[in-house]
Amino acid sequence: MLQLLYEHIDVVVALALFGIGFTQLLLNKNLIKKIIGFSMMDSGIYLFLASYGYIESRIAPIYVEGNTDPSLYVNPLPAGLVLTGIVVSVSVTAVMLGLTVRLYQRYHTLDIDEIAELVRKEGK
Amino acid sequence: MQLWQNLPLVMIVLPLMCAVLCSVLRKGAARGLMTGLSLFSGLSMGTLLYLVAQRGESYIYVMGEIGAPFGNELRIGITECLIGLLFCLVLICSILGGWRRLSQEVAENRMHLYGSMVCLLISAMMAITFTNDLFTAYVFIEITTIAACALICSTNKGRTLFAATRYMIMNLLGSGLFLLGLSILYCLTGHLLFPQIEESVTALLADGRYAIPLALACVLMTMGIACKSALYPFHTWLPNAYASATPTSSALLSSMISKMYIFLLIKIFFRAAGSLVFARGIGDILFVFSIVGIILGSVDAIREHHFSRMIAYSSVSQIGYIFLGISLGTEAGMAAALFHILAHSAAKSMLFLSANKLREVSGDSDAFRDIRGSGLRAPLAGVAFAIGASSLVGIPLLGGFTSKVFLSQAGIELGGWRMVTLLLALALSTALNVAYLLRTTMTLYRPGERYPLTRSPLVKDKPFTAAMLAMIAVNVALGIWGGQVMDLIYKGIAMFN
Repeated sequence: MLQLLYEHIDVVVALALFGIGFTQLLLNKNLIKKIIGFSMMDSGIYLFLASYGYIESRIAPIYVEGNTDPSLYVNPLPAGLVLTGIVVSVSVTAVMLGLTVRLYQRYHTLDIDEIAELVRKEGK
Repeated sequence: MQLWQNLPLVMIVLPLMCAVLCSVLRKGAARGLMTGLSLFSGLSMGTLLYLVAQRGESYIYVMGEIGAPFGNELRIGITECLIGLLFCLVLICSILGGWRRLSQEVAENRMHLYGSMVCLLISAMMAITFTNDLFTAYVFIEITTIAACALICSTNKGRTLFAATRYMIMNLLGSGLFLLGLSILYCLTGHLLFPQIEESVTALLADGRYAIPLALACVLMTMGIACKSALYPFHTWLPNAYASATPTSSALLSSMISKMYIFLLIKIFFRAAGSLVFARGIGDILFVFSIVGIILGSVDAIREHHFSRMIAYSSVSQIGYIFLGISLGTEAGMAAALFHILAHSAAKSMLFLSANKLREVSGDSDAFRDIRGSGLRAPLAGVAFAIGASSLVGIPLLGGFTSKVFLSQAGIELGGWRMVTLLLALALSTALNVAYLLRTTMTLYRPGERYPLTRSPLVKDKPFTAAMLAMIAVNVALGIWGGQVMDLIYKGIAMFN
């Protein structure tokens, strides 16, 4: 069992990161910590993708003089996916931070339960 | 390849460019561009539907000359065009129907950004409808999330800001799950294009290798989409978001955004991982969730004391119907689900828009006692609400009735415990729907004390009138020509593979 975990240490770490991030995003009351959780969750997935895209003893898919054998290179697609994903999560993080700033300016707290309470009072 | 076959690419790229353009335009120009673009999208989608139906088969549009298995592809068939056409209709009607409210609620210096977000939404809608590639779908899902969040909080009130934050959190959880599922599936199959994934999945299943990870990937993706489209236990963000946003936004959210996620799920289930989903019992789990959603969504709606939140909760129950159709795993079930997407989109956007007008003539109140008699103050809105509500309840000659018939047929065809549960749930839910939707319709025509029963001057709203007449026509047409629409859907499904 331990041997298996050790062999797939990258997947274990990636999934642990995903799990921690997911629960933070879902359960933490602090909006900033939620956003941190979101970043961790996405990083976990990118780590997972990147580690599966890497094959030991192969090199990056950049053509070097003389190396015409395609079996020398790794598949560039997973790296491309990770890059695209990072761009997506950065923009989403920016939107979330923007919302948080607006909420904080209005209610002077980052606690989402308190904000819910204040919003309810405001509505009546 | 003929020239018209490039149209889908134009329909995706043009809105993206317009989104950029909108952000530097002035208020009026941006609003004009947004409306013009949605008209253009509707027209080109109609043209595309006609041409594909004439051609008799779907086609694959390869992006940038790199073909399968590595490239990026669009796939254009009858189902895609039909769903897309209805989305465009809803889009045009939502913009027109909420026109006056939009100019009141969205600040002068933000209108161009609203236009920009609608353009982004159009682009994402087209891309998700047409794409044949899982990762492209993910990217556009995130674009939709951002655009939808901006649409919710466009009015800059505390309530909408909070609703948008809740919406974002649930949606980010959903997209995280979806992305993890996608990554696992990609690692196992090595492909992102639907037909290639299907091939690999079938081969892996035949081998018996990676059974658990494959099932896990599917469950994660389904849960992700369920979060985003508000299937029952994941619906907590929905009532606030739908009820507090400006009417155009809530109509778009309920009728277009959540539906396009579901359409993507249908594509994944039936074009990429079908053998997996229904072999491993994931369909059965989804079945149970949707039955629970159908009943409890209606119960929540009955318990609700606010007019617009009640309509929002009824969405939860209706989304359950769509998932029910998908979870049956048969062709008839999928066709019924697709038909219900059409019927519910048409009815729900009309309900949101007419409800807004009814509230407007009742001093903007959301309480049931204030909207009494509003059907007399705003006659067209009253009629539209009555028709939308009847369609959701399932009165014959309207879209909702036809889709309930097809859903029951799909269940009967299947037989067994699922048939019994499905028919019982449909019967119970129809009774519950009557309890809140028709009761509300009656409230609209009961005399109230607060406001007069004469026609209000606020009903002189030409865009709203046009939008409502169009929506009523669509709803009635879906009921009367349901059979023909269904034939078209079946033709599209036949093209799916």
